[in-house]
Amino acid sequence: MLEYYIPLGIMILFGIAFGIVMSKASEWFGPKNPTDVKQSTYESGMEPVKSARERVSVKYYMVAMLFIIFDIEVVFLYPWAVNFRKLGMFGFVEMFVFIAMLMVGYLYVWKKGALKWE
Amino acid sequence: MDFERIFFFATAGVAVVSGILTITRRNPVQSVLFLIVNFFCIALLYLGLHAQFLAIIQILVYAGAIMVLFLFVIMLLNLGDENTLEEKSGYRKYIAVVLAAVVLVQILTVVAGGVTGPTGTAAAGFGTVEALGETLFREYLLQFEATSVLLLAALVGVIVIAKKKVI
Amino acid sequence: METLIDIVKIVTVMGILLGVVAYVVLLERRVAAAIQNRIGPNRVGWQGLLQPLADVVKLVMKEDIVPRNAHRFLHDLAPIISISIAMTTFAVIPFGDSITLFGRTIKLQIADINIGVLYILAMTSLGVYGVTLSGWSSNSKYSLLGGLRSSAQMLSYEISMGLAVIGVIMIAGSLRLDRIVEMQSGWMWNIVLQPIGFITFTVAAFAETNRHPFDLPEAEPELVGGYHTEYSGLKFGLFFLAEYSNMVVASALITTLFLGGWQIPYAAEMGLSGNLLSVLQVGAFCAKVLLLVLFFIIVRWTIPRFRYDQLMSLGWKVMLPLAILNILATGLAILLIG
Repeated sequence: MLEYYIPLGIMILFGIAFGIVMSKASEWFGPKNPTDVKQSTYESGMEPVKSARERVSVKYYMVAMLFIIFDIEVVFLYPWAVNFRKLGMFGFVEMFVFIAMLMVGYLYVWKKGALKWE
Repeated sequence: MDFERIFFFATAGVAVVSGILTITRRNPVQSVLFLIVNFFCIALLYLGLHAQFLAIIQILVYAGAIMVLFLFVIMLLNLGDENTLEEKSGYRKYIAVVLAAVVLVQILTVVAGGVTGPTGTAAAGFGTVEALGETLFREYLLQFEATSVLLLAALVGVIVIAKKKVI
Repeated sequence: METLIDIVKIVTVMGILLGVVAYVVLLERRVAAAIQNRIGPNRVGWQGLLQPLADVVKLVMKEDIVPRNAHRFLHDLAPIISISIAMTTFAVIPFGDSITLFGRTIKLQIADINIGVLYILAMTSLGVYGVTLSGWSSNSKYSLLGGLRSSAQMLSYEISMGLAVIGVIMIAGSLRLDRIVEMQSGWMWNIVLQPIGFITFTVAAFAETNRHPFDLPEAEPELVGGYHTEYSGLKFGLFFLAEYSNMVVASALITTLFLGGWQIPYAAEMGLSGNLLSVLQVGAFCAKVLLLVLFFIIVRWTIPRFRYDQLMSLGWKVMLPLAILNILATGLAILLIG
């Protein structure tokens, strides 16, 4: 079974190697004369104000949370979809209940305005 | 040593090293990265056990979804700078040490009890999505539906945590 | 021997993918120029055909600038993550049936694994790291905002992407991409059976690849360059390559899932056989992919960009319910019609 994954592993290693070589290439071939101004971050030509390490909005955190929950739902759908013909009506009702339950949550989230990006 | 054995020890070794690096890095973002490496190794271990679906789910859900949330939380709370995570209270450290010791003793008792090797070859199609789906949707019907309630509770939890004041 | 064949296949595919990506960049510039009534790059070589080479040389010779306050290690790591994921997602896509060379039958797919579709989704979900880490590690406000926006966008559309494929899997009953292609022989392409799935998947693919009209992370008027503002030289080039490579892979994926993959309708009945048919099928696959890439490019230069709140509400309030309804409808259709 493992042998089916060997080409995949080789390709991933090749991909990573390609990335490393390419990203080092301009360090090797490019000129190196760093100056203080050149090394400051871009801020429309102004002096950078404070650091970018600021706290970010809670909205992103919420998107990630909702994503995990729905991602798990999607993951459950895959084994179901593969076996769908075998499971037949029984499987359909089973998944319908599962999705309906989640849709209640989805509507709750929607009504609470969590899907709205202010 | 055959290929599977080398594969196991190499993967397990990287898993242990990345696990140690996860808890010793001072920069939380680096800890997250090593934890991702660790999850990859665990996925590879699952693959070695012929659990293909579980392996890819380990990457899809843990490395691809939950660790993204971790990164977001680190950015959200601005934990990127090393000093903010300084552990203030001392007693928690001692509790952690005690708990870790308990787990270590547990593992050692299991290992001392004699670890049996693989008792036979896996059946054809073991660990595939087809086999897993068949079992999940026929035998573990109730547990599967209970998961939906769990996910519903999690959805409500997200709103309660993140949207305290609004509406 | 098997491993050697695999390595030859991998090197060939990666080489061709890189070449195609380089020329897609040129294609995009020429098409953009044509749409805007300009000429576009046509000086380097005949009709500008050597332009990609010149671009690479230029990028290699640039200075590699890392901002003073950046997190050096993560700043280096982010483009590597982006490009390696973009290059390796192609591994499970079948680009032809099989070909017989020196008495060996070689399958025209790099990794024939049981969980092909999930592998692609897993790789897509890992793509978020390149973007997030590059944004965060640069320690620049534009980069951070671009990275965060982009990752939130990718997360939101990943769900619709995952849900849109379910219908195809229900029809094929397998997660193997070669099986999905085999099911689409003749004119039974999944686009006919799954029109809603096709539309949701394509829209999600546009968002996942950060292509117009979803290129919010690098919305130039607001965010300068987005998450790769602070990159220069080939590291910037890698993000660029990754974006176009993602676009090519997404096109290949849409082709495989919905447009019949390498299938040529009725080609087998016309008496063609063996290697000739296989080569023609690879050609058909490439033609379909290129047409989709052209579609990606034309969309970019003709449609205005979304506002960020519009993009998020499209993802969560339209795409997600639509994809779920599609699954239920497909289920009912299979149960009733068979």
